[in-house]
Amino acid sequence: MDYVLTILPILLKGLKLSLTVYGIVIILIFPIAILAAIGKVSGPPILKKFLHLYTWIWRGTPLLLQLFFIYFGLPYFGINLPPFVAVIIAFVLNVAAYETEIIRAGIESVDKGQYEAAKALGMTYFQTMRRIIIPQTIRRVLPATCNEAILTFKDTALVAAIGMGDLLRSAKEVVTTDFRITAFFVAFVFYLIISSVLLQVFSRLEKKYSIYE
Amino acid sequence: MDHMEYVLSILPFIASGLKLTAKIYIATLIFALPVGLLAAIGKVKGPKIITRILYLYTWIWRGTPLLLQLFFMFYGLPIIGIRLSPFAAAAITYTLNSGAYLTEIFRGGIESIDKGQYEAAKALGMTYPQTMRRIIIPQTVRRVLPPTCSEAVNLVKETALLAVIGMPDLLRIATQIFTRDFNITPFIVAFVLYLIISSVLVKLFGTLERKYSIYE
Repeated sequence: MDYVLTILPILLKGLKLSLTVYGIVIILIFPIAILAAIGKVSGPPILKKFLHLYTWIWRGTPLLLQLFFIYFGLPYFGINLPPFVAVIIAFVLNVAAYETEIIRAGIESVDKGQYEAAKALGMTYFQTMRRIIIPQTIRRVLPATCNEAILTFKDTALVAAIGMGDLLRSAKEVVTTDFRITAFFVAFVFYLIISSVLLQVFSRLEKKYSIYE
Repeated sequence: MDHMEYVLSILPFIASGLKLTAKIYIATLIFALPVGLLAAIGKVKGPKIITRILYLYTWIWRGTPLLLQLFFMFYGLPIIGIRLSPFAAAAITYTLNSGAYLTEIFRGGIESIDKGQYEAAKALGMTYPQTMRRIIIPQTVRRVLPPTCSEAVNLVKETALLAVIGMPDLLRIATQIFTRDFNITPFIVAFVLYLIISSVLVKLFGTLERKYSIYE
């Protein structure tokens, strides 16, 4: 399998890009999604309407279209972004929309009695959220969030469509250059390993957090 | 209005892209549903070797990106001598991909049916196919409807990946028009169309789910 060893450096470089995009996106979406979810639950009506529009559009249209729009379309308005920034923005907006809905469902599933009890104890809204509601929400949204996180990793492959050298694009270039499909198999294995590892990590996290359920 | 005239002028191209999107979508659903159902039953009650193959199938096809699977079918297969028409290659890829997700959805549904149902059916003298057909599957349908409908709505957005492998679907046509005219309108039209389609499907499936859950 000397061939595999020769193509490994190129594929690993692509993998590094995939993981970098993934890591940055994951870190950025959580604050956005939590704030948006809270805004959707208890914000002024105009904010609610705006957020509703946001999640409706960004969950109802393909990620690839959003990516194309931000990467190819924005220059039409004079906004020229480097590819990496465009990719990050597109992914963050997309995944945050899904995560907002997940967290919102989690918040709304917490019994209203909790809010009443907190009020009776004299807590402000922010105190209630921070000390009572959000900790319970985290436990409930963990399965859906972990599922979303794994889906997002596979979605990073889409950056290959706008020419960024992620794992998929590197694999494709090796395949077309060497006219051998081995690189695709290696890519398959890489994606499988990483998604399986993520799955293990998340299910362990879920188990740890569900000891009280 | 000049704007409206422009939209009307590109509409025929957009419509042809939409047609391909619809064709792939329908073809995928038609084949993926039986594949998912058979594979789910096979996973639940098949011989060990079938179970292992199916486990491998769902693990690979759910654990890797759809785009990689498309690239493999489109760019990889010809290298090893398998030449398929673009539509066939696309339909097979989407069917296998959605089929894997549906297999897990259906399997979860089947396994969630109380074992007592099987025992009662056995006590009544029913064979396994009879039990499945009359008792288990009808109950499973109700339980798997929400995730299946969710998967069906996701499929519309996944068809957009055809644009990357050069097939003229809605997204690719929109991108081509944009590149040709350097006007953002085709993207907006594409956004609106995808939004309408997914919203209509969500409403449709929501009504279906509500109709089936009257006994829950």
